[in-house]
Amino acid sequence: MEASITLRVDGAERSLRVDTRTTLLDALRDRLGVTSVKKGCDHGQCGACTVLLDGRRATTCLALAVAWDGASITTALGLAAGGKLHPMQRAFLDHDALQCGYCTPGQLCSAVGMLQEARAGHPSFVTSGVAAPAELTDDEIRERMSGNLCRCGAYVNIVAAIREAQGKGGAS
Amino acid sequence: MMEGGQAAEGAPSGILEPRAMGKSLQRMDGMAKVMGTARYAFEYGPGSPAYVHLVQSTVARGRISRIDAGAARSLAGVIALITHETAGRLASDENRELWILQSDEVHFRGQVVAAVIAESPEVALQAADLVEVEYEAAHHDAALRADRGDLYAPKTVNAGYPTDTAEGDAEAAFLAAEVKVDSTYTTPMEHNHPMEPHTTVAVWEPPKLTLYDSTQSVHSVRAAMARTLGLDIGQIRVVAPSVGGGFGSKGEPHAHNIVAAVAAMQAPGRPVKLALTRQQMFCLAGYRTPTIQRFRLGATRDGRLLSIIHDVVELTSRFKEFAEQTAVPTRLMYASPSRRTRHRLAALDLPKPSWMRAPGETPGMFAGEVAMDELAVACGLDPIELRIRNEPGRDPASGKRWGNRHLVECLREGARRFGWSARDPRPGQRAEGNWLVGIGVASATYPRYVLVGSRAVIRVESDGSYRVRIGAADIGTGTWTALTQIAADALECPVESVRLEIGDTDLPRATVAGGSSGISSWGSAIVAAARELRRLHGPRPGSGAEVSAETRKPAQDDTFAQHSFGAQFAEVRVDRETGEVRVPRMLGVFSVGRIINPRLARSQLIGGMTMGLSMALHEQSVLDERFGHVINRDFAGYHIATSADVMDLDAVWLEEVDERSTPMGSRGIGEIGIVGAAAAIANAVHHATGRRVRDLPLTPEKLLV
Repeated sequence: MEASITLRVDGAERSLRVDTRTTLLDALRDRLGVTSVKKGCDHGQCGACTVLLDGRRATTCLALAVAWDGASITTALGLAAGGKLHPMQRAFLDHDALQCGYCTPGQLCSAVGMLQEARAGHPSFVTSGVAAPAELTDDEIRERMSGNLCRCGAYVNIVAAIREAQGKGGAS
Repeated sequence: MMEGGQAAEGAPSGILEPRAMGKSLQRMDGMAKVMGTARYAFEYGPGSPAYVHLVQSTVARGRISRIDAGAARSLAGVIALITHETAGRLASDENRELWILQSDEVHFRGQVVAAVIAESPEVALQAADLVEVEYEAAHHDAALRADRGDLYAPKTVNAGYPTDTAEGDAEAAFLAAEVKVDSTYTTPMEHNHPMEPHTTVAVWEPPKLTLYDSTQSVHSVRAAMARTLGLDIGQIRVVAPSVGGGFGSKGEPHAHNIVAAVAAMQAPGRPVKLALTRQQMFCLAGYRTPTIQRFRLGATRDGRLLSIIHDVVELTSRFKEFAEQTAVPTRLMYASPSRRTRHRLAALDLPKPSWMRAPGETPGMFAGEVAMDELAVACGLDPIELRIRNEPGRDPASGKRWGNRHLVECLREGARRFGWSARDPRPGQRAEGNWLVGIGVASATYPRYVLVGSRAVIRVESDGSYRVRIGAADIGTGTWTALTQIAADALECPVESVRLEIGDTDLPRATVAGGSSGISSWGSAIVAAARELRRLHGPRPGSGAEVSAETRKPAQDDTFAQHSFGAQFAEVRVDRETGEVRVPRMLGVFSVGRIINPRLARSQLIGGMTMGLSMALHEQSVLDERFGHVINRDFAGYHIATSADVMDLDAVWLEEVDERSTPMGSRGIGEIGIVGAAAAIANAVHHATGRRVRDLPLTPEKLLV
């Protein structure tokens, strides 16, 4: 069974017909040729397919495309508005927060979404109380980013990059 | 710490003067990677691609008695279905791992028994589910035990090392020794799991086969494919643009490469895409064998080794042998008048084990370095002092002089930086709330490999830039950047004047990105070509000048043993109620020759240490011997370290130029970071708790018993 949907991907309207079993991830990669979202496990366990979906970070392998008709999606490419690097991307480069680069688009989207969540007062497992928004310590960053796996082992640099970017517009 | 001495014979023009080398240039493919525009294998395939999904055996040994593919074939959108009955005959069974869909035989659970080609990935998956395969199951054997009666000695172990070695009467010396350690250590089956699944996009445009492949060596893939498929080398092009990690598992082609090629031949002109699923990577992409290692150390009361005995039992697949060289580091780490090392294999009905980051050194140095910690405790000696007392003057394995053995400097520098001197040697002395705190140390080592067989071509372009071509790979290691820096120094030009091309068999032949040999081997070829350019065309070669040169074996390898060394320090906290282990601090100090790019080198080293931390705390593929398969086959079951596991972790290195290994003065850094990391953590756990855990990983239940 097929359905027609429209997605807004990195600012551009894209209409397509999809098999109703098609994941949002496969729709982006296979059907729309979007390379700035990656498939690492197809099970929501690695985070490589993370995008900002209607403003919140989400693993697109666990979303069916047909269920997101009309949604707005920002991938790592879309973070760089007008081709200008997002502060988070800049910080990833400065801190060499990547090696093979395959988890990187997902890490970036996750990091930006995570900063927004923290700013909105969402607690994490390591937050000591919910009375006030958590201060984004390294422990908080590590915990909140633990859904994005990096097998090259760039975590130390990823956390450093996020720490730096949070004060430089990294959440926007 | 600077390695002195005159210019080495192997580099007649001496060591390159570092101008670009040594600079922390930003990763050259970094911009494309943060934008998500760097293209990996699956993202190639112009036009309208077809998709392949694999059908895998559900028995571990036996024969396929019947395949009913009717329902699958009749599904709309299915292009073709390949089984052993319909696949064409392959040309060579020299590589048994690639000899697939050729008979009804099943060698392991998860083997490819059929493949569906379809118009979409959804249809391919659905059709694969509809294929019904019946088996005549035979008795299978997937149980690794040290007391099996059928263990055998392979002819050699991986990388061509002897299976066994013996110097002196190690057994007698052990029995006579005043202090003895006799322990058995185990490491589990582990899987590489690069984040990018193994992927091949194949296009068959007769007589030309193009593969966009996720590989550590385009030329190895081409050679194996040509042999197996019966094609000429010239018919095949392999392209590996960006590669999403490998860690050894993409060092050689696997069965899926052949399936993709065979499938492409069923759909000429169309790109055919095959990416392994994460679950399939547990049986079709290699893994590290589990090991059972009995380690015996005999010493004097003041900690001088008299005997070292390392007996390794591990597994191979029955259909194709792979023997991990686990005892090899034991042959060179410490001085002892007697020593015996031995590898024995159980041939089982399992997928083929293969390379995983620092094969041999990683499991072997876990056992050896925990054994040394046990000996230190038995002798009442500081573990660093024990290692220093057993420092060998020459390489015990080869009898050669050491080229650059700086283990002691690494240990001392690490001790200074880590605050080792404040350590109370008694275990279980430091507690903070529920946490027991301890620190531990272990040595690291990795051989310096320079592989011959790479060729670099340099051409002067009309704009004065240099086109540097070599079929090397960047699997996240920083090849694009490091080779550009090397080329710039060799050509005495700015990095902006170098136009590097890698990752394609249309480029000159290159050896594998494996064994930490890549930059050493490819860089040496580039330097040789640059020197040839100078020799033939003078200091200002004109546009169009072109030269090529090959990597040569370093001239002094017959005289000097060249190895890298390091020291790993770890602080752990163990929850006394839950047994949870955390690693708040880790430091590695390494002696690896000249660092080409400090920023990227640190990433490589801490990446290896992070994988070592992951190995120490989490990783194990749980094999159900009754069925012959891994049961925890996804990231929910097979845990790797996440950002929440890695806290203050850093790597530093000695300032050093290795004048005998490469004209760059470098030795290779991709693997040594993982070596010894798990041992340092296990030793720290002993220091924290007094509990000696000899079986990885250090999961909570092992600390609660």
